[in-house]
Amino acid sequence: MATINDVVIKIATVNGTGSASANGLLRKAIFRMGIPVVGKNYFPSNIQGLPTWYEIRVTGDGYQARADRLDLMVAMNVQTYVQDMAEITSGGWLIYDSTWPRSQLLDRDDITVLGVPLSRMCNESFEGARARILMKNIAYVGVVAALLDIDLGIITTLLEETFAAKKKLIDSNMTAIQLGYDYAVENFVCPLPKKVAAIDKTKGHIIIDGNTAAGLGCMYAGATVGAWYPITPSTSLMDAFHSFCRKYRTDPETGKHSYCVMQAEDELAAIGMVLGASWNGARAFTPTSGPGISLMSEFLGLAYYAEIPAVVFDVQRTGPSTGMPTRTQQSDIMTCAFASHGDTRQVLLFPADPGECFHMAVSAFDFAERLQTPVLVLSDLDIGMNDWMIPEFEWDEDYVPDRGKVLGAEDLEAMDKFYRYLDVDGDGIPYRTFPGVHPKGSYFTRGSGHTKYGNYTEDSVAYQDVVDRLLVKWETARKLVPAAEIRTSTFNKMGILTVGSGNAACVEALDRLKAQDINIDYCRVKAFPFGSEVREFIEQHEIVFVVEQNRDAQLRSLLILDINADQNKLVPLLHYNGIPLGAGFVVEGVLQKIAQGKAA
Amino acid sequence: MSYTGKPKIAHPGLPRNQLGLTARDYEGAVSTLCAGCGHDSVTAAIVQAVFELNIEPHMLAKMSGIGCSSKTPAYFVSQSHGFNSVHGRMPSVTTGANAANRQLTYIGVSGDGDSLSIGVGQFVHAIRRNLNMCYIIENNGVYGLTKGQFSASADIGSKPKKGQPNQQEPIDAVSTALSLGATYIARSFSGDKEQLVPLIQGALRHNGFALIDIVSPCVTFNDHEGSTKSYAHTREFYHQVVDMDYVQPAAEIKAAYAKGEVMPIELHNGSKIVLRKIDESYDPTSRAKAFKYLREHFNAGEIVTGLLYLDETRAEMHDLMGNIDTPLAHLPLSGLHPGAAELKRILKSFA
Repeated sequence: MATINDVVIKIATVNGTGSASANGLLRKAIFRMGIPVVGKNYFPSNIQGLPTWYEIRVTGDGYQARADRLDLMVAMNVQTYVQDMAEITSGGWLIYDSTWPRSQLLDRDDITVLGVPLSRMCNESFEGARARILMKNIAYVGVVAALLDIDLGIITTLLEETFAAKKKLIDSNMTAIQLGYDYAVENFVCPLPKKVAAIDKTKGHIIIDGNTAAGLGCMYAGATVGAWYPITPSTSLMDAFHSFCRKYRTDPETGKHSYCVMQAEDELAAIGMVLGASWNGARAFTPTSGPGISLMSEFLGLAYYAEIPAVVFDVQRTGPSTGMPTRTQQSDIMTCAFASHGDTRQVLLFPADPGECFHMAVSAFDFAERLQTPVLVLSDLDIGMNDWMIPEFEWDEDYVPDRGKVLGAEDLEAMDKFYRYLDVDGDGIPYRTFPGVHPKGSYFTRGSGHTKYGNYTEDSVAYQDVVDRLLVKWETARKLVPAAEIRTSTFNKMGILTVGSGNAACVEALDRLKAQDINIDYCRVKAFPFGSEVREFIEQHEIVFVVEQNRDAQLRSLLILDINADQNKLVPLLHYNGIPLGAGFVVEGVLQKIAQGKAA
Repeated sequence: MSYTGKPKIAHPGLPRNQLGLTARDYEGAVSTLCAGCGHDSVTAAIVQAVFELNIEPHMLAKMSGIGCSSKTPAYFVSQSHGFNSVHGRMPSVTTGANAANRQLTYIGVSGDGDSLSIGVGQFVHAIRRNLNMCYIIENNGVYGLTKGQFSASADIGSKPKKGQPNQQEPIDAVSTALSLGATYIARSFSGDKEQLVPLIQGALRHNGFALIDIVSPCVTFNDHEGSTKSYAHTREFYHQVVDMDYVQPAAEIKAAYAKGEVMPIELHNGSKIVLRKIDESYDPTSRAKAFKYLREHFNAGEIVTGLLYLDETRAEMHDLMGNIDTPLAHLPLSGLHPGAAELKRILKSFA
């Protein structure tokens, strides 16, 4: 059966062989044809020589999640050939380099195998080992273009944009692509029944990863101090911030920087730097991943208790311990929510895609300064490092940063005496001052027991007064942070509740279930503490499937702890193998529970 | 150990500095440390140093970690902001604070446990960055708050109040700082205020990382016979090699010095320090020679004091990074991004 604009391509290569640019070229060309497309990386924790995959999902319907099937495998890596062949969905196609003989034993009769002598063609056309390897990877772009009917003119334009200053590279790349293209056209029936055709569904959209968007958001938020310790998969966030700052925050005349990016000696130092800078009045942040959160925990408790703003991005990867650093998970929810010893609670934001990474980066600074507490933005590897097609985000020129309750020199001059931790307004948020502003503003910041006047104390009543006031602030936070996205209809008794990158798969799953006449309501939480709308959503439904990417149902536990949700209603659907969540998992999970009588 | 507050009224005849403030204005809360604690003497020296330097109290930031020493910022300059952070992490907090506002003067007070045991990593890296701060280690070789365990600065053979003498190699803050490239390195004794005050003044005015390792005996847990950090031991083995005077900007050098022993050095802010060599063979501008001298005298059991190394040429953290002179925290946020139209242009490359 012929289908248009609904095809999943996966390219298996060896990392460090230039395949990323070839794969990007394919993905961009499809996007330029106006067809929605997403790209996912499956890569090793390694620099060169190990297997790596790139999955391109062409989806006319504009779905964002990982596909649950595979139509066309480009098997360029002999090392993973067996596994790659096994992964193809029945009825699909496999492209391999037929320069060398291949064992017939590996054939499958339910797929079509297409051999292309890529190495031979490139060895005949190019000089030098490095060029031949690189061009072999470019040549498969031509094969795929012919098989799927991708516009060669657009590919040429993209190459011209990429190598604007290097005409030679455009020519050699085009030669390689043409070799593959011509071979496919001459030897196979092109295009395949699954093909692409130009439409107009990508206008106003961009393809971007979450870390780049978050780094950009930090620049627009006015962050001036960024401290970090390199850790996969968060590193590219600071790389992006730094590169945007180099461009937009360097004085053209003096070459001096109006930003300070500090590579710390470890995550303990990184968060320490953030707190020092925030205490001193700068907007400061640190990006990290799970192991970094573990190390930062002591300081996060200090920031909570001494009431110092901080923005922390946790681009989650699989745990526990080192886990699988290049695979995704949502398994830091609990650790982050209660980061540090003692009665500590942290405000969390959960972006679902790169667009939200940009906007939440900005609002994280506002919330942190308004609430005078750390705000942890929980992204994950799927959002942070994969290529998402999203509506182009915009900057609101009317945006006014919320610096929270800060007293200036004039305020202090007019005051009789300033006390740091008094709840003047009844919202649990005290006033703060910056060093260097006025002698009357001075106070002593400490993580040890203190009174509402800011003095050291070991007095039970004075101590309890402050920690109880922090609970008042917690309730203020609950009203301040973004409300959950909710879709309800009065007739539905079932709901799906998810978080962050679970959104893409759940939204698609809801459509698929609806096609089977199973109508389910939806709630996607965007922040912790949870708002009253989340409590109401759970109350209104008989069954709520809690879809999350960890083994221990951390989001579900947090719902029970924070809003006393009825645990009998909360049915966990847990996906935690490190691969991004696909809609199929959610659909099957819901159907299975219904069949088991857990829901109906 | 005092439970009575300090009188609020200052004697009208008290000398005033250029800001019209008296030394009393640079005091803090009453110390809660043990009577006779070396740290209180250091506090007094800090008060005098800051008073004489005419530093506006709110332009000074007092930083510390955890421990007896880290409590002391509460006991001086109460009109300054103070930050009592977590154990061993004062350097990173100060690094961030300085990154946000390079106009303030930073004084960090730490201890041997805070800097050489739990916090040795952060201590080391603050030096590498040449963070512009005065870093004081009140060094008594023991943990006071947890009742007398050895710290990493305890000397081999030093006897504890109870238990066996220390057998592990001590970490010497001075030679560690020297090997890491600190640009102002001094050692002193809490009992020698005359030496200490100018050392603190020079450290506060030095443009870069200034370390003062101060032997500051713990009267309760490490002041007995057999301890190498006691008052008696320190006085006996005290070996002054280079003394210094601090001379305010535009002030003249008035003291009469013997020829050949004097080395005036101009600091970044126009003030001067005058080094007076007591041991003529000592060269405080050579890392290699200083290292050799320190090691030889350490092996002989001597406590070498004075301004032991100085390098005014190396750029401090912000200048190494090429940052603007304006404090980053003072920049209006709206001017820190290129606006909506440019965002559109940026995102074009993602289409």
